[in-house]
Amino acid sequence: MLKDVTLGQYYPADSVIHRLDPRVKLAGTLLYLISLFLFQGPLALATATVFLILLITLSKVPFSYIVKGLRTIIIILIVTAAMNLFFTTGTVIVQFGIFKLTYEGIQMAILMMIRLVYLILGTSLMTLTTTPNQLTDGLEKGLRWMKKIGVPVHEIAMMMSIALRFIPILTEETDKIMKAQMARGADFQSGGLIKRAKAMIPLLVPLFVSAFRRANDLAMAMEARCYHGGDGRTKMKPLRYTAADRNAYLLLFSYFVAMIALSLLWTKVLGGGKLFF
Amino acid sequence: MDQFIKARNVTFEYIRRDDDGNVEGIETALDKVDLDVKAGDFIAILGANGSGKSTLAKHINALLTPESGYLIVDGKDTHNKDHTLAIRQTAGMVFQNPDNQIIASIVEEDVGFGPENIGVPTDEIWTRVEKSLRSVGMYHYRHHSPNRLSGGQKQRVAIAGVMAMKPKCIILDEPTAMLDPIGRQEVLSAVRELNKKNGITVILITHYMEETIHANRIFVMESGKVIMQGKPREIFSRVEELKDHHLAVPQVTELAWELKQSGLSLPDGILTKEELISELCRLS
Repeated sequence: MLKDVTLGQYYPADSVIHRLDPRVKLAGTLLYLISLFLFQGPLALATATVFLILLITLSKVPFSYIVKGLRTIIIILIVTAAMNLFFTTGTVIVQFGIFKLTYEGIQMAILMMIRLVYLILGTSLMTLTTTPNQLTDGLEKGLRWMKKIGVPVHEIAMMMSIALRFIPILTEETDKIMKAQMARGADFQSGGLIKRAKAMIPLLVPLFVSAFRRANDLAMAMEARCYHGGDGRTKMKPLRYTAADRNAYLLLFSYFVAMIALSLLWTKVLGGGKLFF
Repeated sequence: MDQFIKARNVTFEYIRRDDDGNVEGIETALDKVDLDVKAGDFIAILGANGSGKSTLAKHINALLTPESGYLIVDGKDTHNKDHTLAIRQTAGMVFQNPDNQIIASIVEEDVGFGPENIGVPTDEIWTRVEKSLRSVGMYHYRHHSPNRLSGGQKQRVAIAGVMAMKPKCIILDEPTAMLDPIGRQEVLSAVRELNKKNGITVILITHYMEETIHANRIFVMESGKVIMQGKPREIFSRVEELKDHHLAVPQVTELAWELKQSGLSLPDGILTKEELISELCRLS
């Protein structure tokens, strides 16, 4: 199950999308998500679909690889669809007891499914084409204005990148502790939920102790290497916008404008409903 | 040669307190320590666990400051807070655990961390990173993730990270304690190379006797005091005294000493296998 999560994993490839500045990709993902929840009508839906397919093709990430990420949200998809199908009021088609299947319900269910699927595909595309370090760098620089209102942007970005660096180390450590406890007769597999949760205690306590010790060591090592917060710090790999990034922004902007225009055209001029009818 | 480090009467105590903040006990980690290191020296500080050697190392890097006495590094008093960053830059420190001192997820980015902190311009960072990675023989691994490296390689990256700040001195706090013999060899030869070629002052803290034989001077510490100091040959001639302090001498030295005890006329303080062999050949 866990290995199916493509969200947050990096897919190394050499493509236009991979080379884009992380800030562009972050802004783009945000804009795409907003557009997904604002659009109305099939014209805009078609545009969003074409746009997504275009980006996936450009990114050189295999389509099947991205789609694998959907497996983890299948339950959420089914539940949302069911909720929308049976609890939307409107013209009733069939009725079972308190459950009413309505035209509006079918529409809403389809709409929500499409939104969720596109949302996952869009965000996975970003994380698949951006290394975690680029992401934190992009967040740090893109959100630097928030420092003025007292948000410790640099510190948060630093914590994120350190967390990413230590994930494999702590995973290995968990494995080691688990084996050590199993060698002394600990049982992590059998029993009910409560028994299993209790069995985790001899695993979690040493793990936390060691994590704190590591944090202490790391803090000292960082201090010894002159770390004193974000002030006066230079960057080894500074983010700089290139012509490609500017074009990407332009493309994003025109996409967003097109989405609004097509939605308005559908509802105001052609007099259509939310999705199809 | 210039006096690089000068410590006089350095005393430091760890105070243990109970939940109400009352003093439960005082452990004197450093007790009136004097230390003189010349620029370009290779110093080894020996001692068992809890002898205060790591505490002393942290003083040289200004991570800790003496409670009484003073310590001057490259002409700067560690008490003065304005000098802290300058001192940490001139006297870089490498720690014991290779994993807990690597900050970035890519080797070259980790080496660039120090220069980034002291505000070195981007282009200069790249030249420094390249140079220091080459000086420890890790340039080939610059795009790797530290998680895929061996312990010895990680420690060499850590040394490169310090070198990129252009220090005059490197303090290594038991850098080989968690490494296998090959890793230990890698790290030590990298350190000796830096000392010889780049004239970096090295302060090697360790409890492995074998690692200290190439040092110019050895300081032996016990319960916060410097109990012996001198050239390796002088120190290791005093086998019995070292044994009284529960310190083992290098294997070869021990063997030579045992042979001498049982009647062979060997000189004191034999440090290497080759020396012992040639001395033994001379006997027969």
